[in-house]
Amino acid sequence: MMKPVAFEYVRPETLAEAVTALDHDDARIIAGGQSLLPMMNFRLVQPERLVDINRITELERIERTKTGLRIGALTRHANAARDPLLAEHFPIVAEAMGHVAHVAIRNRGTVAGSLCHADPSAEWPLLVTLLDGEIEILGSDGHRSAEPSEFFLAPLVTDIEEQELVTGVHLPLPAGPSGMAFEEVAQRAGDFAVVAAGAMVRVENDTFAEVRLGLGGVFDTSVRARALEGALTGQRARAEELEAALPLAIEDLEPNDDLHASADYRLSLVPVLARRALIRALHRATQ
Amino acid sequence: MIHVSTTVNGDAHEFLCDPRETLLDALRDRLELTGAKEGCGTGDCGACTVLLDGRPVCSCLVLAAEAKGREVGTVEGIADGEDLHPLQRKFIEHAALQCGICTPGILVAAKALLERNPDPNETEVRYWLAGNLCRCTGYDKIIRAVLDAAGEMREAT
Repeated sequence: MMKPVAFEYVRPETLAEAVTALDHDDARIIAGGQSLLPMMNFRLVQPERLVDINRITELERIERTKTGLRIGALTRHANAARDPLLAEHFPIVAEAMGHVAHVAIRNRGTVAGSLCHADPSAEWPLLVTLLDGEIEILGSDGHRSAEPSEFFLAPLVTDIEEQELVTGVHLPLPAGPSGMAFEEVAQRAGDFAVVAAGAMVRVENDTFAEVRLGLGGVFDTSVRARALEGALTGQRARAEELEAALPLAIEDLEPNDDLHASADYRLSLVPVLARRALIRALHRATQ
Repeated sequence: MIHVSTTVNGDAHEFLCDPRETLLDALRDRLELTGAKEGCGTGDCGACTVLLDGRPVCSCLVLAAEAKGREVGTVEGIADGEDLHPLQRKFIEHAALQCGICTPGILVAAKALLERNPDPNETEVRYWLAGNLCRCTGYDKIIRAVLDAAGEMREAT
């Protein structure tokens, strides 16, 4: 049996109380606890105070804004997978959630938990990177927001300061009709991705008005394949053009060797998954 | 110590617990409901699966304090008195267990599946139970028992 080091447990009912509770030298937030509790059991993290935000029900909402959708921090993966607003505007979310661990973990794990854990192979950081999400943060100085490139600093390292918490993520709607698709290879269903790819394609007048490709598992953080995106924008919206641009997808990637896969294997998966995701996204964009 | 009042298998319970205690610890050590097992303590094996507000969770990754005001369901609540649940009978008929450590978690998870989807296909059962590891059976007997129980339950309604 594994047990964490002793800690103080605080359960705020409001966001203001949560910020106050975080005014402590060594406090951590627990949301779903699906990454934090195993790390505490292994004693990799040993917070003195645990701030349980699960009673702050306003953090559970998914709502329409003027320009997009706002997903509350406490949204569970299972709820995101079956949310009608997300299904309408970002069907890629449900597709990606099918790759997040297993049923019991998806029932408990949260959007903000995944973002703050910042595993470079995880689905939420990749989705938010792909969809140009803005991560909404509350601290003792008030609200701020961060772009994914500012928020994700390194594996398991984010821009979150002491006494700050993520309250949600805002996903701006694409500028026009688009197609999206998600692809992932893992050792077994539910394992962390060896490589994951998300694509978004927008077609206007038979040309690529916008192409986005997000990749996970191949760098310190989720990344966008900017070279490929730039090369395809303005090209004729054809599968052959996508195929021709695939070598650009691995530019600047620095995957690691680890227990699950070699760096070479990860790199070899990138064009395969990028191709599948981009072609399906193109198909959906032109349906 | 933290005071927790919660509902387990329909009955109101109260207990005091240390912040470090998981829901699994509290069920086993405070409430003497030892059906749910600790396999890994990291959410990988599913032996500790219980229902929290009707949904399967790993009780080793839920703090006991988090159960305040929630509805908890465990394997002890599956049978109706002396009458086994169809899933339990089918697990015996199909010999869908050997050492039994994984069985309580699988029964809880499978029951939750059949409540949502009374007519799952084999793939759906396999994916739903993918978070519940069994090192004895090779899974095939478990899948067959769940499908058989689902069929019997459909006929009964």
